[in-house]
Amino acid sequence: MKLPLLEVNQIKKYFPITGGILGRKVGEVKAVDRVSFAVYKGETLGLVGESGCGKSTIGRLLLRLQEATDGEIRFEDKDIQALSPKLLKKIRKEMQLVFQDPYASLNPRHKVEKILEEPLIVHGIKDKKERRERIMNMLETVGLDRYHAERYPHQFSGGQRQRIGIARALMTNPKLIIADEPVSALDVSIQSQVLNLLKDLQAEFDLTYIFIAHDLGVVRHISDRVGVMYLGRMVELTDSERLYEEPLHPYTKSLLSSVPVPDPDDQSDSEVLTGEIPSASNPPKGCAFHTRCKECMDVCKTSRPTFQEISPGHHVACHLYGDA
Amino acid sequence: MDKQQDILHVQGLRTSFFTDNGIVPAVDHIDFTIHKGEVLGIVGESGCGKSVTSLSIMGLLPQAGRIVDGEILFQGESLTKATEKRMRSIRGNEIAMIFQEPMTSLNPLFKIGNQLTEAIHTHQSCSKEKARKRSVEMLELVGLPRAEQLLNDYPHQLSGGMRQRVMIAMSMICEPQLLIADEPTTALDVTIQKQILQLMKELNKKLHTSIMMITHDLGVVAEVCDRVVVMYAGKIVEEAPVRTIFKHALHPYTKGLLASVPDIRSKKDRLQSIPGNVPKPGSIDKGCRFAERCEHAMERCFTEDPPLYKAEENQQVRCFLYDTEAKEESHETTTP
Ligand SMILES: Nc1ncnc2c1ncn2[C@@H]1O[C@H](COP(=O)(O)OP(=O)(O)O)[C@@H](O)[C@H]1O
Ligand SMILES: Nc1ncnc2c1ncn2[C@@H]1O[C@H](COP(=O)(O)OP(=O)(O)O)[C@@H](O)[C@H]1O
Ligand code: SF4
Ligand code: SF4
Ligand SMILES: [Mg+2]
Ligand SMILES: [Mg+2]
Repeated sequence: MKLPLLEVNQIKKYFPITGGILGRKVGEVKAVDRVSFAVYKGETLGLVGESGCGKSTIGRLLLRLQEATDGEIRFEDKDIQALSPKLLKKIRKEMQLVFQDPYASLNPRHKVEKILEEPLIVHGIKDKKERRERIMNMLETVGLDRYHAERYPHQFSGGQRQRIGIARALMTNPKLIIADEPVSALDVSIQSQVLNLLKDLQAEFDLTYIFIAHDLGVVRHISDRVGVMYLGRMVELTDSERLYEEPLHPYTKSLLSSVPVPDPDDQSDSEVLTGEIPSASNPPKGCAFHTRCKECMDVCKTSRPTFQEISPGHHVACHLYGDA
Repeated sequence: MDKQQDILHVQGLRTSFFTDNGIVPAVDHIDFTIHKGEVLGIVGESGCGKSVTSLSIMGLLPQAGRIVDGEILFQGESLTKATEKRMRSIRGNEIAMIFQEPMTSLNPLFKIGNQLTEAIHTHQSCSKEKARKRSVEMLELVGLPRAEQLLNDYPHQLSGGMRQRVMIAMSMICEPQLLIADEPTTALDVTIQKQILQLMKELNKKLHTSIMMITHDLGVVAEVCDRVVVMYAGKIVEEAPVRTIFKHALHPYTKGLLASVPDIRSKKDRLQSIPGNVPKPGSIDKGCRFAERCEHAMERCFTEDPPLYKAEENQQVRCFLYDTEAKEESHETTTP
């Protein structure tokens, strides 16, 4: 039976835009606008969408690195926004972030050993010997060597640094890993090494992943289910296979057909999405995609389509489907 | 069609950086040709020498970099021997270049219109009004809406995709023979990337501009290129028409690269990968640069430099596996 590890209901994050000499609020950026989804134990949920659609903000809201403007986030059935600081610290141990740029997120002045030791100290592992033991094991788990503990981040290649980033995230035995563009900065031959490693670790430690990326090919290979975002909203969410083979939402369709395919005999010039992504501070009324949608109807310009399950396990927000 | 014309010949080009930590052979004896009207792809992973190759052609190498050997012939004229004055006239006029980040070539302090007319006046003398008209024409050619008003905008008022279009407009103003595009869509979202790639293909067809397309993305190569050069650690390891590269790649590195790409059309449970790391230039001074990571490596791969072997009519590959079939036709001799 599928159990949700994490449930997100109608979360919102609006950033105020201030202006004038008084710094008054003159508007807001609707970075995340009423998004709902669940993540099941042991699965990988991919989150895709073009830059600025709100993927990273969702990651930060889940960890409460930023506070949601509205909505509910439940981790193992606990409302994380209602937690006391002490309980929050405990839950943070179970959810960890892996970043795109491991270099920016690793302290350049610390040796790898110290970088990996820090989360253990924060979470109260007092025995120095135990900490060292766990660090050494972890280095081997992520495909590095024990002697790497003595080195500094700049002494590693990009792929190795991402292995350190992953090792750090795993130090506290988390249940959920939120990986925000973890392979986007890597060369393709190295990218696949890291993707394979993430898969192996998932099996070994029973991990659940939220995998955020803009590369739709990468996401297909790692994800069980995929959610597509546009301008702060989730527009489609379903099994990876179904999403890539039978996408329903017009935006998903154009997004998929924009991806360059590594085959000169399989080039189609159809369905080029025209225009630019509108601003999140002034999203179009009704369906946020209506300004670029070839199927746009009158209703789309005024009424926002509900995100609903139109067949088992297939959620879409579009007036073409269901009774939106 | 007439006999194929060549726009650019790069012959035995070697470009090195002279740093405090020694000499870095970033581009290590490469040869290639770009034909008139063709789109040549240069692919390879970061640090393999793609940008240094293009900067060598443009005469825009940074301080520490120098062409130490070889020749670059543009329509028969030597660019390595050209004066700085001549190079300035060639740049923009006959060879144009666009970069990953358009802001490296757009001045944030000047309006788009000023920058376009300035580009026109650098290379042609014409009236203000004419330059303005030409600017509008170019913006329309690259598919920018409300071109008239755009002339009064500053670069920061535009989105990344629009800025890249302005860059392309600016580079095409003098209808250059050759456009060098260094990762022109890497910083863009896929839907915008698609638009820019289509635009470049259109310009290539309409104006017969040859394009040297530098990219690390094999999808982009398949979409726009006619022929492909694959680089690894400063050397060309394979060269072939685009179909051949995707259907019958020969070099173990090219094959590994193709197998590593997570293709959006199907799901593989495990992606193939190439073990190890991309070597820094100069870190391997003997034998095949790929030997450490190659599953076919033989003894001689670690001691001898493989030459480029001619495998098929239009295909060359730098790998000893193709020695027996192509020994007679090999292009260069093995350097001991
Ligand atoms: N701290 C912030 N203040 C104001 N706006 C922000 C902030 N963080 C993100 N945004 C805006 O929120 C939107 C979503 O951003 P983000 O979550 O980073 O998108 P993604 O990760 O999908 O590229 C963007 O329009 C971005 O400019
Ligand atoms: N300014 C520089 N100083 C020293 N070495 C450089 C410099 N620029 C480039 N290099 C060296 O040249 C190699 C090739 O760089 P480049 O052509 O930029 O690679 P890419 O294929 O990613 O475009 C790099 O690996 C680097 O070692
Ligand atoms: S709701 Fe209307 S505008 Fe939005 S995606 Fe569906 S058809 Fe297009
Ligand atoms: S020359 Fe040897 S090491 Fe190099 S690619 Fe060929 S088989 Fe592999
Ligand atoms: Mg992001
Ligand atoms: Mg480069």
